[in-house]
Amino acid sequence: MDDSKKTILLVDDDVDYLFQTRLNIEQFGFRVITAESQSDAEKLIETVRPDLAILDLMMENDDSGFILAFKLKRKYPDVPVIIATAVASETGMSFSGNFQEDRSWIRADLYIEKGIRADQLHREIEKLLKI
Amino acid sequence: MEKLYVLVVDDEPGICSGITRILSKFSVGFPFMDENIGFEVRETFTGEDALRIIDERVPDIILLDNKLPGIPGIEVLEFINKKRLDTIVLMITSYASLELAVKATNQGAHDFIPKPFTPQELRSAIESVTKHIFLRKMTRKLNKEGKQIRFQFLSVLSHELKAPLNAIEGYLRIMQDRQAGSDLSAYDKILERSLVRVKGMRNLILDLLDLTKIESGKKKREVVPVNISDIAKISIDTMGPISIQKDVRIYLTAPEKVMFEADQEEFEIIFNNLISNAIKYNIEGGRVDCIIEDKPDKLLITVKDSGIGMNEDEIPGLFEEFVRIRNEQTKNITGSGLGLSIVRKLTALYKGEVSVESNPGEGSTFRLVFPRK
Repeated sequence: MDDSKKTILLVDDDVDYLFQTRLNIEQFGFRVITAESQSDAEKLIETVRPDLAILDLMMENDDSGFILAFKLKRKYPDVPVIIATAVASETGMSFSGNFQEDRSWIRADLYIEKGIRADQLHREIEKLLKI
Repeated sequence: MEKLYVLVVDDEPGICSGITRILSKFSVGFPFMDENIGFEVRETFTGEDALRIIDERVPDIILLDNKLPGIPGIEVLEFINKKRLDTIVLMITSYASLELAVKATNQGAHDFIPKPFTPQELRSAIESVTKHIFLRKMTRKLNKEGKQIRFQFLSVLSHELKAPLNAIEGYLRIMQDRQAGSDLSAYDKILERSLVRVKGMRNLILDLLDLTKIESGKKKREVVPVNISDIAKISIDTMGPISIQKDVRIYLTAPEKVMFEADQEEFEIIFNNLISNAIKYNIEGGRVDCIIEDKPDKLLITVKDSGIGMNEDEIPGLFEEFVRIRNEQTKNITGSGLGLSIVRKLTALYKGEVSVESNPGEGSTFRLVFPRK
């Protein structure tokens, strides 16, 4: 294993999205580890410290991404977190209607739309990793 | 007990204290309310004081005399109307002229109580206003909740529709960039996955159309005597291809003829959803039992599978929209998350009930009970 490579944790319950994003991120030159659910990701971060995490918002729970972001930041405060969502921003609905209560516990460094282009994603990752 | 706040504005102390006495011992209840509504009464003798009291806290009900020492009742009413306060005004007046009545009604007075009135007249006027207030509150609350549910539905729906689009678009980009080289066969898996997602999206849209038709009530229903056993056979035939793919056998146990007043298409949708679930969530080589029982007072439909089953935590919410069981065993099973909510809604159209029993690793049994009229 090439230790100089940064590790990106990718969590999504959509296997196709996982496959494509992994392909892209590996081509950027990063190492990718994946989980297909919130619960798998929670187990994974017990033992692995990624350099950056990209989390889907809606998995087993409507706010899985937020919960994971919270747990990840509690364990590794310096790891940047990107929340990826397919919730349509163009309809004026930024996130699911369930989150009208206190959001102060939600700690993500960046929100992206899932349709984002590979080169944009690359730029955002490098910005957060300060490369 | 919930209490409505009542303000009495009358310069005759006897009227004020009389109203307080009657209303403090009075409460209003309706069969559809959880608990009775009582009254908390405040008295004042002038319009000027009334304005000040209303400004402090808006009463639910104002009993307003027109003939007051200072400003008349009608001016108090104008103030309330101008400020668009959420209150109901009953005018109490001894010699109501038509002119005053018209003016007061224009300013939003809800009703008139002619003076002198009996305790019973007061109580029935208050009862009717209380009912009005209660229903108005409930309507507002329901409208608000309705909007909330609609919003949640739309946000989940947009997620469910965009996910396959993103997946397909991503694969197309991979092909556009020739990321796996120029040999087309290298893209077989990508093409296959794209087609799976297209199919999933189409099913979602079809389910959504079914759901919209049911919910809007605009679907043209043709409720006539139909043979439920025949409909089950049609559905089992429809599901033939996917049952062969999964090597699942479907057994129908039903009398030759089970007549029931129903819309054929609706029962096909019910059977299709239940049987396709029973196949999808089954094991290779498993079985599905579809049982129809004809009872004098009811029709029973049971669809039982030998599949992966569910645990207790997974069952609540199963019949809600977009609820799908997500675990290691189901991750490759596609579905819109609408099927069972459609089944529940259709069953309800026939005043029927749907229930489920399930054990992990043993399978699930869905039972539908339709009462005969």
